[in-house]
Amino acid sequence: MQGVGPAICLGRDIDTDQIIAGRYLRTKDRSVWAEHVLEDLDPTLAERVRGAIIVAGRNMGCGSSREQAVVALREAGVVGVVAPSFARIFFRNAINIGLPVIEAPVPPCTDGVRVSFDLDAGWVEVDGKRYPARPLSAKMNAILRAGGLVPYWRSHR
Amino acid sequence: MSTLSERILDAPAGTYVDREVDLAFAHDGTGILAREALREMGVERLAHPERLRLIFDHIVPANTGMAATLQAELREYARTTGVALSDAGGGICHQVLSEGVVRPGTIVAGADSHSCTLGALGAFATGMGATDMAAIWASGATWFRVPETIAVCLSGRLSGAADPKDVALTYAAKLGMEGATYRALEFVGDGVADISMDGRLTLCNMAVETGAKTGLFYADGVTLRHLADHGVAASPQAPEECRYEQEIDIDLSDIVPLVAVPHRVDTVCEAEEVAGTHIDQVFVGTCTNGRYDDLFRFAEIVRGRRVAVRTLVIPASRAVLARAIATGILADIVDAGCMVATPGCGPCLGAHAGVLGEGEVCLSTANRNFKNRMGVGGEIYLSSAVTAAASALAGEIAVPEVA
Repeated sequence: MQGVGPAICLGRDIDTDQIIAGRYLRTKDRSVWAEHVLEDLDPTLAERVRGAIIVAGRNMGCGSSREQAVVALREAGVVGVVAPSFARIFFRNAINIGLPVIEAPVPPCTDGVRVSFDLDAGWVEVDGKRYPARPLSAKMNAILRAGGLVPYWRSHR
Repeated sequence: MSTLSERILDAPAGTYVDREVDLAFAHDGTGILAREALREMGVERLAHPERLRLIFDHIVPANTGMAATLQAELREYARTTGVALSDAGGGICHQVLSEGVVRPGTIVAGADSHSCTLGALGAFATGMGATDMAAIWASGATWFRVPETIAVCLSGRLSGAADPKDVALTYAAKLGMEGATYRALEFVGDGVADISMDGRLTLCNMAVETGAKTGLFYADGVTLRHLADHGVAASPQAPEECRYEQEIDIDLSDIVPLVAVPHRVDTVCEAEEVAGTHIDQVFVGTCTNGRYDDLFRFAEIVRGRRVAVRTLVIPASRAVLARAIATGILADIVDAGCMVATPGCGPCLGAHAGVLGEGEVCLSTANRNFKNRMGVGGEIYLSSAVTAAASALAGEIAVPEVA
């Protein structure tokens, strides 16, 4: 699994309230979450994350278990999320909906620099510099490759 | 020898295991996403409906037509599948399930990050997302990575105005917001025997704020008496010699009232350092501090006096509310000028019932003070119900004094 795109750089401890605020949760319309993704952090991000790879600081996605956070990122067109560490529920949720999340010791970067990753080869590259990606467990790898837990389930039953 | 997590999951730390889940639940917010995932998965029959619960707590009663429609859909789903439903007004999922449902030694999964609360009963309880929950409902099982454990060693005894919430803020400050990521917190030591079940639920509740997968207490006399009060018989769990990845020591005798200041749970200071800070609202409630002990300690301080700022008190469950009525403390709270609302999460997540306006400041007994969480431009300080009571009377953050 591979991906490439310009970086959108976020700080550390980005909580799921910042990714999608509680006031937008009561709907099944995923476009609403995409429209308001990261709004309280920066209202222009919803437009700018399309086709981009998020490079975040430590503890990405901490806080609430709301799956709307990862769905909002995917629906907004985010290609993948890279961070030195993730909160565990966010990480599991991302895999479950087929959004590539890559744990790698990346330093803070600048918006727009080129980011690419190759999960099979186990690396992520930020602005020309390559970092090792932490391998997924066999089960998580299989779920991500299937496109998420729903398609994984359908192909394993 | 094993940690409690290793014992319950029956495997050593660091291994990946598939396990049957004894109790799996979702609320009105996550339940609707789990319902959608089950539809997409093509699942019509749930593996063990008797092990599942739907609990309406996040927006109760519904505040908009959309919320009402989504809840109606879930209500109908519960009816047709046989999943037990705790409808609006029953209370917060973690509290309701602590009232005689969760048993020591069981595996509990909740589609809510604060599901770690239920580790207070000696269960392995953790939070997951809605799609994971859907897969559990469909199959009865899920995968876990058995966590390494950090021991939080408690000694001494709380006194005066110090509260279990202050202990939770203490370990949050010591560990930081990711200090326990993928770990379990085990609360051990001579100090645990004096901490009530309500206090233990508070301590386990905030484990996730350090990134932990769960927090656990070994079932002891306090646990068994609590369960017996709810008509449930259980056996105690004896700690074994085991290897902890890390140990942190907290002497309860040293604890004083604390406050977490905006916008991080781990930026904690003594209440005295922020005394005098202007507040627009006090909120006592949530899965952290909406229990009877909290309402009782709050009422002890406000009884016979008047709050100086708008103050919202939301019992964590109908049982808590009923007990507060029966013992008379609810009358004290109402007479002091507080608002009392439907058992549930209230404004904690900023969706209804007491959200903040731009620039407003709230002292809350909840577990999160993230930027904008209770409303765009609002600021949240976190404290115990005891500190909240003194502050409500003063109209600003104040240091409580309890003999």
